[in-house]
Amino acid sequence: MSPSNSRGLRELGLIALFVLLVACVPMFTRSGATLNFVMMALYATLIAQAWNILGGFGGQFSFGHALFFGSGAYIQAIAQLQGGINPWVALVLAVAGAALVGVFVGALSFRYGLKGSYFALVTLAFAEVFRILALSVPFTGGGVGLMVPLRESVANMQFGSRVGYLWVVLAFVAAALLVSWWLRHGRFGAWLQAVRDNEDAARAVGVNPFRVKLGAIALSGAFMGAAGAFYVQVFQYIDPSIAYGPAVSVEALVAAIVGGMGTVWGPVLGAVVLHLLADLTRNLFGELPGINMVIYGVVLVLIVIFLPRGIAGLGVSARRLIGGGKESSHG
Amino acid sequence: MFDPGILFSSVLNGLTTGAVYALIALGLTLIYGVLHIINFAHGASLMLALYAVYFLKDRLGIDPYLALPLVVPGMFVLGYALQRVVINRAGHGKDENILLATLGIAIVMENLALIFFKSDTRNIDTAYSLATVAIGPAMIAVPKLVAFAGALVVSGLLFWIMGRTDLGRAIRAVAKEKEGAKLMGIDVDHVYAMCFGIGLACLGAAACFLLPAYYVNPQVGGGFVLVAFTIVVLGGMGSFVGALIGGFLIGIVESLGGLYLGESLGQIGIFVIFIAVVLFKPEGLFGARA
Repeated sequence: MSPSNSRGLRELGLIALFVLLVACVPMFTRSGATLNFVMMALYATLIAQAWNILGGFGGQFSFGHALFFGSGAYIQAIAQLQGGINPWVALVLAVAGAALVGVFVGALSFRYGLKGSYFALVTLAFAEVFRILALSVPFTGGGVGLMVPLRESVANMQFGSRVGYLWVVLAFVAAALLVSWWLRHGRFGAWLQAVRDNEDAARAVGVNPFRVKLGAIALSGAFMGAAGAFYVQVFQYIDPSIAYGPAVSVEALVAAIVGGMGTVWGPVLGAVVLHLLADLTRNLFGELPGINMVIYGVVLVLIVIFLPRGIAGLGVSARRLIGGGKESSHG
Repeated sequence: MFDPGILFSSVLNGLTTGAVYALIALGLTLIYGVLHIINFAHGASLMLALYAVYFLKDRLGIDPYLALPLVVPGMFVLGYALQRVVINRAGHGKDENILLATLGIAIVMENLALIFFKSDTRNIDTAYSLATVAIGPAMIAVPKLVAFAGALVVSGLLFWIMGRTDLGRAIRAVAKEKEGAKLMGIDVDHVYAMCFGIGLACLGAAACFLLPAYYVNPQVGGGFVLVAFTIVVLGGMGSFVGALIGGFLIGIVESLGGLYLGESLGQIGIFVIFIAVVLFKPEGLFGARA
């Protein structure tokens, strides 16, 4: 077995261990606050992982990931309210719908070779268009938003305690970890990272950058849509500024960048660190609206200046120092 | 669908708004043209300038137009410092890093404003806030006319600085050939910071002209960010004339869009133009290349 293979298997084991440990958290504590913290940290991890698929592995920085989040959320809510569809089925629709939105935006952007800052701004513009549309069309309930009625049962994906929600979002995080692992070690991920690092070179060796980026944005959109649907199930409410406003987009990209882009564990690290920071500031300053975002913004600037590889990059640098750079191909 | 009088007044209104948009976009395009970075904090900086104008009037009774000599230098210093202390260090050779740094700055500015000034929308009362002037069949608010004239004067000043002064020559030299300019003894970091400062000073001027006919709240910048980018992209990144004409165009589009589609849906026109231009004509109408 090649060293890269055994390393991949070890990482797979680590993922299984992590998921198992988090799944068992409810056995050790009944505290609502703790369970809520874990659930929200997992939710933040999920949106960071979704962003990381396209932004980290694919190098396409989106400023408008709310586009997929909001689409998933609205599909989840509207399917239940207007179609009378079971939430579990709606979830599938939400994930597929958000992926489709990704394919649509990606097909337009990548067909015309948008990159870097231009791509970031276009995704933001698309999110704004969707936000204004959601305010204007009748079936989203406009600015009032949509409320999903409370009907507690597992069949309805509405749980009496946070435990059920925790397991649902953990399942998605686990799936995203596996996808990230696959991107790190599989062929599609190699193509995607090749396109990120040098599109012309990738094309020269027979990779189709358009297709690869389209695949990445669909995957990324799908996970973001799942997060949106999950949001609707937990809070039973959605409106245009929650769905398509900039807050979700910012949260997703900051967590991924702070943790370390293009890595399996970066988004987990970033989301947990940011959530701990947010909790800490809440204890220090009380409930000040906006204080969380100030912290996120400051951390983002500091990370970009001092640690452009994120927290996960710290480990890599340290390992390089100790291991004499022999594992540099996995950097 | 509408009678010519309403159409005429709508276009005229669009032109006056467009002049202020152009001023905002000029700052953005200057920063882009020289530093080759997209300043995502442009809207948030404008918001800060608007608050400065608001508090000068509200607390000290200083008229917005008389606040120009305070707000413009203040914004210049802020821009100079931001570029030197934060943005210059964030690049690491990648555009995206700068975009992220300016995004971080925008988030911090907006949310600090939310913490300190609350989310209330504020506006100021001046003797001329509601005054209007008849131009043909149209009634135009006096502050809008002043804004129109003021934006043109400041734009002219900017053209003069760029074309006729040593600073302007240094800026153009750096924009064209950074390494060569460095060899000629030009302090590139200083020129970069000057550009950023001037770009934000434009926002200071825009804020003074804008507030008598407008309002301020912590989120007000967000709307201007995409509008300004649309103008800059439409006019061609880095093109001054393009930004000026683009500003007028977008002002008219917004005004007519509001007339035909209603206030909220009318805004979509701007974003659709932005997406369409970036996708199909990224070099803009007047730019040589993107």
